[in-house]
Amino acid sequence: MSPDTLLPPAIVLSSLLPGLLIFFLKEKSHRLRTALNLGGAVVKLTLVVWMIKGVYDGHEFEYRWALAPGLELVLSADALSVLFVALSSVLWLVTTVYAIGYLEDSPNRSRFFGFFSICVSATVGIALSGNLLTFVLFYEILTLATYPLVAHRGTPDAAQGAKVYLAYTMSGGAVLLIGAIGLQSLVGPVEFTQGGILGDSAEALRPALIILFFVLLAGLGVKAALVPLHGWLPQAMVAPAPVSALLHAVAVVKAGAFGLIRVVYDVYGVDFAHANGLLFALGILASITIVYGSVKALTQDSLKKRLAYSTVSQVSYIALGASIFGPIATIGGVVHLVHQGVMKITLFFCAGNYAETLGIHKVSEMDGVGRRMPLTSLAFTVGALGMIGVPPVAGFVSKWYLGLGAADSGANWVLIVLVASSLLNAAYFLPILFRAWFRAEPGAWPKEHARRGRLETAGALLWPPVITAVLALTAGLFAAAPFSPLEWAALIAEREYGR
Amino acid sequence: MIDSLALAIVAPLLGAVVVTLFPRHAQRLGVAAAVVSAAAALAITAVVWTDGVLRSELGGWGVPLAITLQADGLSAALLGMASLVALSVSVYAGGYFSSPQDGERLADDSRSRHFWPLWLLLWSALNGLFLAGDLFNLYVTLELLGLSAAALGALTGSREAVEANLRYLLVGLLGSLFYLLGVALIYTAYGVLDIGLLAEVIAPGPVAATAMALMFGGLLLKAALFPMHFWLPPAHANAPAPVSAVLSALVVKAAFYLVLRLWLDLYGPITPLGAANLLGLLGAAAVLWGSWRALRAERLKLLAAYSTVAQMGYLFIGFPLIAATAAGPARDNLIAAIVLLALTHGFAKAGFFLAAGMVQKTAGHDRIDNLGGAAQGLPAAAFTIGLAGVALIGLPPSGTFIAKWILLEQSLILGLWWWVLVMMIGTLLAVGYVFRVLSRAFNREPTPYRFVNDARAEIPALLLGALSALVLGLAAQPLWTLLGQGVIG
Repeated sequence: MSPDTLLPPAIVLSSLLPGLLIFFLKEKSHRLRTALNLGGAVVKLTLVVWMIKGVYDGHEFEYRWALAPGLELVLSADALSVLFVALSSVLWLVTTVYAIGYLEDSPNRSRFFGFFSICVSATVGIALSGNLLTFVLFYEILTLATYPLVAHRGTPDAAQGAKVYLAYTMSGGAVLLIGAIGLQSLVGPVEFTQGGILGDSAEALRPALIILFFVLLAGLGVKAALVPLHGWLPQAMVAPAPVSALLHAVAVVKAGAFGLIRVVYDVYGVDFAHANGLLFALGILASITIVYGSVKALTQDSLKKRLAYSTVSQVSYIALGASIFGPIATIGGVVHLVHQGVMKITLFFCAGNYAETLGIHKVSEMDGVGRRMPLTSLAFTVGALGMIGVPPVAGFVSKWYLGLGAADSGANWVLIVLVASSLLNAAYFLPILFRAWFRAEPGAWPKEHARRGRLETAGALLWPPVITAVLALTAGLFAAAPFSPLEWAALIAEREYGR
Repeated sequence: MIDSLALAIVAPLLGAVVVTLFPRHAQRLGVAAAVVSAAAALAITAVVWTDGVLRSELGGWGVPLAITLQADGLSAALLGMASLVALSVSVYAGGYFSSPQDGERLADDSRSRHFWPLWLLLWSALNGLFLAGDLFNLYVTLELLGLSAAALGALTGSREAVEANLRYLLVGLLGSLFYLLGVALIYTAYGVLDIGLLAEVIAPGPVAATAMALMFGGLLLKAALFPMHFWLPPAHANAPAPVSAVLSALVVKAAFYLVLRLWLDLYGPITPLGAANLLGLLGAAAVLWGSWRALRAERLKLLAAYSTVAQMGYLFIGFPLIAATAAGPARDNLIAAIVLLALTHGFAKAGFFLAAGMVQKTAGHDRIDNLGGAAQGLPAAAFTIGLAGVALIGLPPSGTFIAKWILLEQSLILGLWWWVLVMMIGTLLAVGYVFRVLSRAFNREPTPYRFVNDARAEIPALLLGALSALVLGLAAQPLWTLLGQGVIG
């Protein structure tokens, strides 16, 4: 077997094996656990860089393993999978550092980091899936691996949140499974192929294929938090901050959105989906979700809940991009997969810092927090402005391409959705920024932890959001540079539409 | 030189005799006998895998007078699973019976002394059943299996256990009686008992139909197919953990194996679709009812027992699909899928019960709502329940996932969507009952975290769980090769 064949499974295993080892570690072996965590993350990142270069040069990375006759595990790399793999590998490294700082001295860390690593392995597996079966396989493993993370704290709230999460995602998984098997029973094994595989399917199959599209959409929509399947997301907020960060930016909701992109472009094919009105239906659903999420975010006083509804709204930009026929909107949707991840993880890191350092959980408690924690608040500001779509933060680039693509394809109603959503984004983020920077500090914070060192909070908590905020800025400022997310998204769109 | 097929039956039998003669050393001798027996059986699986069907006639008279032993791919597959489960259970039992709580040492000691001879006897009967080539020998092994199983189940000596297993004993006897009646009918009509010879002469008609109804009726009772499952939950839930594991993973599987064997070799070709549909229908009812009761069960082991009722149901849903599919790769895949399902469940349920036994020992009871920190304090046991749970639900990468994928795909191709519906509802109910248990492993109380606390008990359970949830799902392909020896292809 050549290295090109083994690279995709190696990337999955680079986090899986350390994760499995971590389970067996004693609670005290802090150093070894950290070494395994960071070692795995660095190895993964190195392998991913190798893969990015390979895919850019046109190498084929494909690994096949027969599970049973006619059922194959396929791990392969195309431009889209590399984008998602790169996103999750970079953010995993940062989140691991953050989580090590965040969970310092709390119980059951071996269990936590074990599942944390499995969770990332599953995400990478989803990214590298070369067929629908493999996708379903990792998609379900992701559900399994995140349940213990949501339930981690063991409080009644955590148990309830985990239960709701499980009920939603398992039902969604079952629906997805039926969709996948249904599709396979009609057209044979479904390999992800640029341009789709159903373009030349028989006319007689069309009604069944259309129904199956909606079955798949329902299955994927749960994790992608499409309204009305989003109910688990705000409840899963009980999880520790690094988990929320991962759930919202990299792993779970992204897995759903990524699946939607795969199904639209690489299974059905954008032409087939457009010709049969599937894109329009997806666009309507995404638009409703975008507006609904933003409206709900307005009224949340809990900071994490506000961010959660913001995720509901923002992730649907990705689906929106996929639903507009034309390469420019595709670029906007695909690049938002990365941009939303970087910005949202920043916001969640910051929310975690406020809670850990000062005991702030509510928006109404944030008066003057900018003076007490300037770097954290600066990072938060960058993330929030990016979500609104203020240049030069990355979010602006996504919205620009979405708007341009909509106008280009004549879907002017999408522009209204974009404007309305941006106004709503501003309406729920700007008050937070105003409180943080322009209101006076209260006499005492809700629950201030003793300072350690000169920094505003522990270093492992402070630097991750600063780094991701810088990334969000860089992705916007240098969007036109080679290997920027935007350039890569353009490469993907070019290959999807390149007929 | 002793025949290799006979060795797999004789080894545990001899072990049973030896542990009876030296009760003081029952523990050590028992484990040693288990290692030898498992090795003998696994050797058969390996040889069948590489060389093809094995057959031997004991006594040297030749068919139809001799005792025929035969191992094809199906026998070898179940034999392999059974040996791994039995070996793990034996290692586990070595620790389980020798580390009693204070004051119980005496009782446990006598339990241990009774456990080993009965258990090795059961194992011998089980191997005999998988290897027997004619209907009468099958009856003998079936009867022996039922008797030793009921005796083992009553080992705790508690009132509930004795009561449940007395019922189990009677049901078992009734089941074998029905089976024997069917065999007698066949013998009077055709004058042969060897399955291979019989398959050549049997013809559709009232005799064959009646014989089949009698034999299947008896076997389905033993396989606890709904609505004949009533005896199973109390019997399996009240036995000591290693015994529950054996009963749920292997003993009911033996009855299922016989049904499948008779169906494939004898009755399938001459039976109308309606009979298969009836089996499927009962299977569907078992899936729904068993899963529902598991969801409502108050005790951990009762939950596992009802889960067995449900999981047996899935196996029978395979029959109408097999019957409706023309011979060829699709039908072969279905047969392999239900065998895979049976194997996966064997590993998973054994692992589940062994882990449940650990939790029960630590907590002093197995009421799910009051488990407190017991599950969290035993990470390896909780993890085992998780792995086994993955297999019971049918999530990837378990063997169940692959098997269900094949069953679901074929149901959709045939347009039999109601089986799809039943399987998916069963799956979601399984999510409910498995996570009802797993959610107890997340508590506020910080526990001193050590992954493995009692290696001798936890490692075998963990390995069984891993086999079901990881190995059989990711490496199921060899099963097709194995079944290719005389069963499919």
